[in-house]
Amino acid sequence: MASLFQQSMPSTGPGYSFASAPTHHSSSGPRQHAFYPYTDNGGSTLGISGATFTILAGDTRSTSGYNINSRYAPKLFRIGGDGPENEGARIVLSVVGFAADGNALKERLDTMVKMYRYQHGKEISVHACAQRLSHILYGKRFFPYYVTAILGGLDDEGKGALYSYDPVGSYEREQCRAAGAASSLIMPFLDNQVNLKNQYDPASGEGLEKVMRVPEPLPQETVEQLVRDAFTSAVERHIEVGDGLQMMIITKEGVQETFTPLKKD
Amino acid sequence: MVGVRFKEVEKRDQAVITTGHSTPHLTPPYTPPITTTMPGFDFSNHNRNLALHSRGVPLPKATSTGTTIVGCLYDGGVVIAADTRATSGPIVADKNCEKLHYISPQIWCAGAGTAADTEFTTALISSNLELHALSTGRKPRVVTVMTMLKQHLFRYQGHIGAYLVVAGCDPTGAHLFTVHAHGSTDKLPYVTMGSGSLAAMSVFETQWKNSMTRDEAVALCAQAIQAGIFNDLGSGSNVDVCVITKEKTELLRNYITPNVREQKMRNYKFAKGTTAVLDQKVITKEEISKYVTVQDIGDGETGVGEKMEVDS
Amino acid sequence: MVGKDCVAIACDLRLGLQALTVSNNFPKIFSYGSQVHLGLTGLATDVSSVSELFRYKVNMYRLREERDISPQTFANLVSSSLYERRFGPWFVSPVVAGINQTDGKPFICGFDSIGCIDFAKDFIVSGTASDQLFGTCEGLWEPNLGPEDLFETISQALLNAVDRDALSGWGAHVYIIEKDKVTKRLLKGRQD
Repeated sequence: MASLFQQSMPSTGPGYSFASAPTHHSSSGPRQHAFYPYTDNGGSTLGISGATFTILAGDTRSTSGYNINSRYAPKLFRIGGDGPENEGARIVLSVVGFAADGNALKERLDTMVKMYRYQHGKEISVHACAQRLSHILYGKRFFPYYVTAILGGLDDEGKGALYSYDPVGSYEREQCRAAGAASSLIMPFLDNQVNLKNQYDPASGEGLEKVMRVPEPLPQETVEQLVRDAFTSAVERHIEVGDGLQMMIITKEGVQETFTPLKKD
Repeated sequence: MVGVRFKEVEKRDQAVITTGHSTPHLTPPYTPPITTTMPGFDFSNHNRNLALHSRGVPLPKATSTGTTIVGCLYDGGVVIAADTRATSGPIVADKNCEKLHYISPQIWCAGAGTAADTEFTTALISSNLELHALSTGRKPRVVTVMTMLKQHLFRYQGHIGAYLVVAGCDPTGAHLFTVHAHGSTDKLPYVTMGSGSLAAMSVFETQWKNSMTRDEAVALCAQAIQAGIFNDLGSGSNVDVCVITKEKTELLRNYITPNVREQKMRNYKFAKGTTAVLDQKVITKEEISKYVTVQDIGDGETGVGEKMEVDS
Repeated sequence: MVGKDCVAIACDLRLGLQALTVSNNFPKIFSYGSQVHLGLTGLATDVSSVSELFRYKVNMYRLREERDISPQTFANLVSSSLYERRFGPWFVSPVVAGINQTDGKPFICGFDSIGCIDFAKDFIVSGTASDQLFGTCEGLWEPNLGPEDLFETISQALLNAVDRDALSGWGAHVYIIEKDKVTKRLLKGRQD
């Protein structure tokens, strides 16, 4: 319902009492009314894959304009598994953007993955699930799910697998990816710390002779620390990120979920 | 009261820059020559910017203090308080800015809206008020400030986006006003403004009572600001408080700091030589002296010029 | 960026017309006196105009006062000069960095296009890659970095941020300002 009402989004500035008074915006001509089916619920997600694990993380704040809808609205979901808690799931989906679409997408993918098991008698592989998700998104090419999705799991060789999507289903397997409101803040930090971009070997010559440092898969503890630092940094500078950090670590033992508090201002 | 003179204008700890201005030129087509020495706003880029904008150059974003500011009268004085976040769109531009502005030793102002406008409007009025106080030989009054502010803001028809809470003590007692960007004013025992005004007002409406003590009023204002900090995304970081009584003014900068960033998990120092450098040039003081005269002033002895320094 | 008894200021070198790169050697940092540096991002014509305007104003100050301008005084000069054009602003967002020669303390501040000063203890960012820079600076910066460490931190923060912005990049200049020495370096960065 929130989308039906005119509201002050952060980009348009705070809504003071006089902001809604008729100004030069209301020029002559017929007044146009429109229905906006989407809202942006803010927040950010991030995924990093390692040699034997994948970590997905997201903040738990849901916003509209300058308001907080909820301080605990999870953006990470287990896909597949059993029962209402999806026990034994090996795939995790993170969605950020329009929360209602995110939930609908999660439900659809979860159903599909479960149907796959009933029909084929085996668990779906991550790369198959990743392609299925792409098809679900592209299926709504002209009325898209307004979300940026990241899918994480372990591939057939037991290596960490991470797939990132745009709202209409273009996808790619990557080492690391940030999505959502603070993605522009987090992504360059990850480039630098995970893929060692712009870092050269100090011992190798000077100037143009310098050799780039070669990225290696990071240990799980390091990645957990990087994720946390990335989020505490984003919380400092982005108003829509905060409250709590939900993290899901997928290893061959299963999915381990943690929740740690973030700043609430 | 004739002949009563106040002792001394308290020395300000900060230099205040003012834009003197006399006749406003409201019609945009007016273009003064570039070399003008006339005080006031300079509109000479206005037409150019309109043309640029129509050709798709985006207008620059001004820093706005999507803010929570409050004020509350109590028995024997008045309290104003503010949060310390300045935003530019959804990004926090300044985590610890000052939104409590000096007008005169006993009159202070909390500002919301366009950050530059609150800064310069209060500085301008502060300057004019000091001249006014010097010429009348009396302590300045809060109503005078409020009137000067509203006349200034009304003249600019809301284009100066300053939303202010004015508070202070003068010979007629403690006073509290709000001034909107269009020039309307209110006089109330407790007030809130900015994007967090509703969150803050909910605290006042449930907990305010008549004739509070100083400590009660400070606690109530601080709580109202914290309601804004935690429930309004445009407000955040710390609480600044200013208590003004007949005798003195207390500025409690960062009175509460509920949002200190925790220690980072990792250390991000880089090894020396991580960045590839293609060229380097060192400019030392000795080299500079080839072009200008560098006079080393001995320790303790400050030069004549240094005494003129107005800012810290 | 502020370090221990030093400050650093850095810029990329691209000049572009929206997506079209016009020049890959357009520095955006200007020095006024030995220690005060001004970084300007925004509309290129205004970057030139404003830098020349302040060269004039700072030279007039030096003739009148017979001394170099302090970073604090210069910041107030920038602020009031920008606010004078409140209703027809220069399309620039300046950054000032320097060391006050009186007390030897580092000073940085930033401005919006109409002159609101942002005093910061840590770092200031501006330009099309400002979001990215906020992320890298907030992640990489720490207090009390020495001149060498500060150079690595500011360089990495800038290079990684501009690589995620289509409108910035093409190499960078970094100035490390100490009390009696300024070191200017040209960085190797992606040329695409």
